[in-house]
Amino acid sequence: MATTLPKVDVVVVGLGWTGGIIAAECAKAGLKVLGLERGEARNTEDYLKVHDEYRYAVRYELMQNLSKETITIRNHRKMPALPMRQLSSFLLGEGLGGSGTHWNGHSWRFLPYDFQIKTMTDEKYGPNKLSKDYLLQDWGVTYDELEPYFYKYEQTLGISGEDTNPFWGKRAQPFPTPPMKKTPILKKFESATKKMGYNPFMLPSANLSEPYTNPDGAAINSCQYCGFCERFGCEYGAKSSPEITVIPTAEKTNNFEMRFRSNVVEVIKNGNKVSGVKYLDTLSGEEFIQEAEVVVLSSYVMNNAKLLMVSNIGEQYNPDTGRGTLGKNYCYQILPGATGYFDEQMNTFMGAGALGMTIDDFNGDNFDHSDLNFIHGGSISITQTGSRPIETNPIPRDTPTWGAEFKKNSIHNFTRTLGIGTQGASMPHKENFLSLDSTYKDAYGLPLLQMTYNFTEQDRALHKYITEVTQNIMKEMGAKTVEGKNPITDYDIVGYQTTHNTGGTIMGASPDNSVVNTYLQHWDAENLFVVGAGNFPHNGGYNPTGTVGALAYKSAEGIIKYSKSGGSLV
Amino acid sequence: MPEEKKNLSTRRDFLKTSGVAAGALIGGGLIGGLVGYNVNDNKSATTPKGTSPSDHTQHANAGFQFFKNNRDFEVLSNATERIFPKDDLGPGAIELGVPYFIDRQLAGQYGSNSKEYMHGPFAVGAPTQGYQSRLTRADVFKQGIEKLEEEANKRFDNGFSSLEPEQMDEILTAFSKDEVKMSGTTAAFFFRMLRSATLEGAYSDPMYSGNNNMDGWRMKGFPGHQMSYIAVIEKEEFQKIEPKSLGSM
Repeated sequence: MATTLPKVDVVVVGLGWTGGIIAAECAKAGLKVLGLERGEARNTEDYLKVHDEYRYAVRYELMQNLSKETITIRNHRKMPALPMRQLSSFLLGEGLGGSGTHWNGHSWRFLPYDFQIKTMTDEKYGPNKLSKDYLLQDWGVTYDELEPYFYKYEQTLGISGEDTNPFWGKRAQPFPTPPMKKTPILKKFESATKKMGYNPFMLPSANLSEPYTNPDGAAINSCQYCGFCERFGCEYGAKSSPEITVIPTAEKTNNFEMRFRSNVVEVIKNGNKVSGVKYLDTLSGEEFIQEAEVVVLSSYVMNNAKLLMVSNIGEQYNPDTGRGTLGKNYCYQILPGATGYFDEQMNTFMGAGALGMTIDDFNGDNFDHSDLNFIHGGSISITQTGSRPIETNPIPRDTPTWGAEFKKNSIHNFTRTLGIGTQGASMPHKENFLSLDSTYKDAYGLPLLQMTYNFTEQDRALHKYITEVTQNIMKEMGAKTVEGKNPITDYDIVGYQTTHNTGGTIMGASPDNSVVNTYLQHWDAENLFVVGAGNFPHNGGYNPTGTVGALAYKSAEGIIKYSKSGGSLV
Repeated sequence: MPEEKKNLSTRRDFLKTSGVAAGALIGGGLIGGLVGYNVNDNKSATTPKGTSPSDHTQHANAGFQFFKNNRDFEVLSNATERIFPKDDLGPGAIELGVPYFIDRQLAGQYGSNSKEYMHGPFAVGAPTQGYQSRLTRADVFKQGIEKLEEEANKRFDNGFSSLEPEQMDEILTAFSKDEVKMSGTTAAFFFRMLRSATLEGAYSDPMYSGNNNMDGWRMKGFPGHQMSYIAVIEKEEFQKIEPKSLGSM
C-alpha cells in the first residue's frame, strides 16, 4: 500500500533545466515546491576528476541506467519494435541537473519562422509545398511573444554572445556576457564564410566568457577552455547548469525540497484535474502518493510522454485516423556536415562545448526554397569542443579501420582534422510518433515507451543540400581533402547522433492538434503542466535548450497565475 | 618439433618488434608462454634502484581479473596488437597494456552489461535497432577468443598466437566481414567491440591499466587532463604539451 504524503503546492517531476526553472520561479513566488528526481544529487565538487573520457564520454557515467528503463524502437509500423539495449544515438540524462549537466551549452532562440512555420510556409510557397503527410503546424505563440522569456532564460544562464546575426529574431537586450574567444580554428571558418558572402557570428554559449552573477544572485565562473564539456559536468562551475543556478535559487527561498531516488510511476487523474503523483523510493522500494495542487512533468521528452500514456491522460495519437495528440509529431535533428583534412597541426584538443562560429544563411526560410524539394534548413557551425583521443580517430574514407595504416592515419589526423556541422530542422511526419510498447517492461513493471521513427524525403533532401554547402565551406577553409557526410537513408539507433529529441507532448492553440496550451498546461487537466522539448511541434535548425528554457519561464508564469485564480490560462 | 620452433621464433620476433629489452627475455615469460607481460616484473628486478610510477602500475597489473589462462589472454593480446600495432610512431596495444585494460573491463560493469537493458524476449532485429543479443560483453569476448583460436586451427593448423602476423590479419579480417559463425552474436559484432576496446585501452587514463606511461596520448599529441587552456587557446602555433593523468593531479 502506498503511503499518502501531505499536499504541496507544486510537485515537479525531474530536476533538469525545466524542473529547475519552474521550481525556482514558483518558490520565489511563495509556493511550496517539491522536486522528485529519480537520480542522485550532484554538484560541482563531484566533477573534480571529470577529465576522464572513458568513464564519462564512452561509458556514459552521467546518463540514464538502461537496465531500469529504456525505450523500444522500430523504423515503421510493420517492423517489430525492439528495446534500445545500449545508449548510442542519443544520451538520456539522469540525476540533478539532468541533461543540463552534461550539455555543451549551445544556447539558441528558435527563429520567428519556426513558431509560425505553417502559416509562413503556406503564404510563401502555397499549401502543397510538403505533402499532407507532414503534420506541420504553428506553435500558438510567436517569437515576439516569447522574446522576454528568452531573455529571462539567457539572463539566468549568463549566455555569452554577440548580436550580429542578421537572420535571427530581434533582441530587445544584448547578450548578458560578451562572446567567447575567437580561436585560429574559428577564424578559418569566419574568413571562408565571409569570402563566400555569408554572415558568420559567434555561437551563443553557456560556457561563459567572463565571471557572471545572475539576477537571482547565482554565480557562474569563466570558462577555461579545458575541452571537457559534452557528456561531462564542469569542475569550474563555468558551464551554466541547473545545479549551480536555478536549483540554489530555489533552495534559497526555503520553499523548496528535493527528494532523490524517487521514481514517479503515475500521475493520478481525477476528473478534469490531477491530484498528485505516485512514486517509488528506489532504495527502499516503498510506494508513496504525493498530493499536490499542481503537477509539473519536467523530465525528458521520453518520460514526459510515457508518464501521460501510462496514466491515461490525453488521447493516444493514431496514425491511421490522425486522431489523438499524445505521442504525435516526434521529431529528431538532421545533421548534414563535412570533414576536412588539413596539412597543418591545430590545437584541436583545446576548446569548450559551445566555442564556435555559425552562419544562419541556410537556416529557416532565410534562403529561397522555391526550387527546392524541402523546407527549412539548419544553422551551420564550426565548433571547437576539444577532441579526445578514444572517440576521435579521423581517417579518410579509403583508409582501413584497423591495423598499421589505421593507426598511422588516425594519429596523424587527430590534430589536423576539422568538422563543420549543422543542426538541421526536422519536420513532423504522420508515421513518426511515440506510443506504449506492448511487450517490453521497465524495472517497475510499466510498459516501455515505443518510438516509431524514420527519416523522411524532406530530411534526406535537406541533408543532401546542406551537406554540399558545408563541403564548399570546408574547401574554402583550405582543407586538402574534404568529405561530406554520407546521405541519410534509414534512421539507425547505432552511433551517436544527437540528444535533440522533440515532440510527443506538443503545444498549440487548440486541443484538436496539441497536448498542452501555450502555457504548457494540459488541455485535459488544468493543474497539470508538461514542460520540455516534447512541446515542440517540429524541431528547428538549432539546438533546442534555449527555446525549452523560454517555454519553461512562460509556463512558470502560468503556474503562478493558475495557483491564484485557477482555470484555463488561455 | 618444427611447430614449436616456429612458435618460439615468432614470439622472439614479436618481442623484438615490441621493443622489449632482451634481458627481460631470459628470466621472463618466453618459456612460460606469456608474451611480454612478466617483463616488467623482471625489469623492476634488474633496474638498479627504485621504480618509476609506470613500473609500479605494470607490476600491480600483472594478474588476471577476468581471464583464467595464458592462452586466451595471449590470443586477446595478439589480436589487439594487430588492431593497434607497434610502429615507428610508438608502442602498440601490448606495450600500452591494452590486454590488461580489457581484462579489467570484462570483469566489471562493462563485461556484465549492468547498465544496459538485458531483458527478453530477444530477437535478431534489423541492424537499425542495434545490439539485441542475450549475451553480455564478457560472453561475447570469451566466445570470440575461442573462435579466433578455432579459426586459426582450422585455417593454419596452429594456435592463433603462433601464427604469422599476416595470418592473424586474415582471420581478423574474416571476423570483421562476418565470415565466421558465432552463437548468439556475430563475428562482425565481436570484432567491432574488440576494435573499440583496443582503442579505449590505448587512450583512456592510465588508471584503467592501459595507455601505459601515457604513451598513447603522447603519440597522438593529446595532453590528457589539463586544468586550463585559456592562456594558449588563441595561439596560432600548435602547442606541444606534456600529458598529465588524473592520478597526477
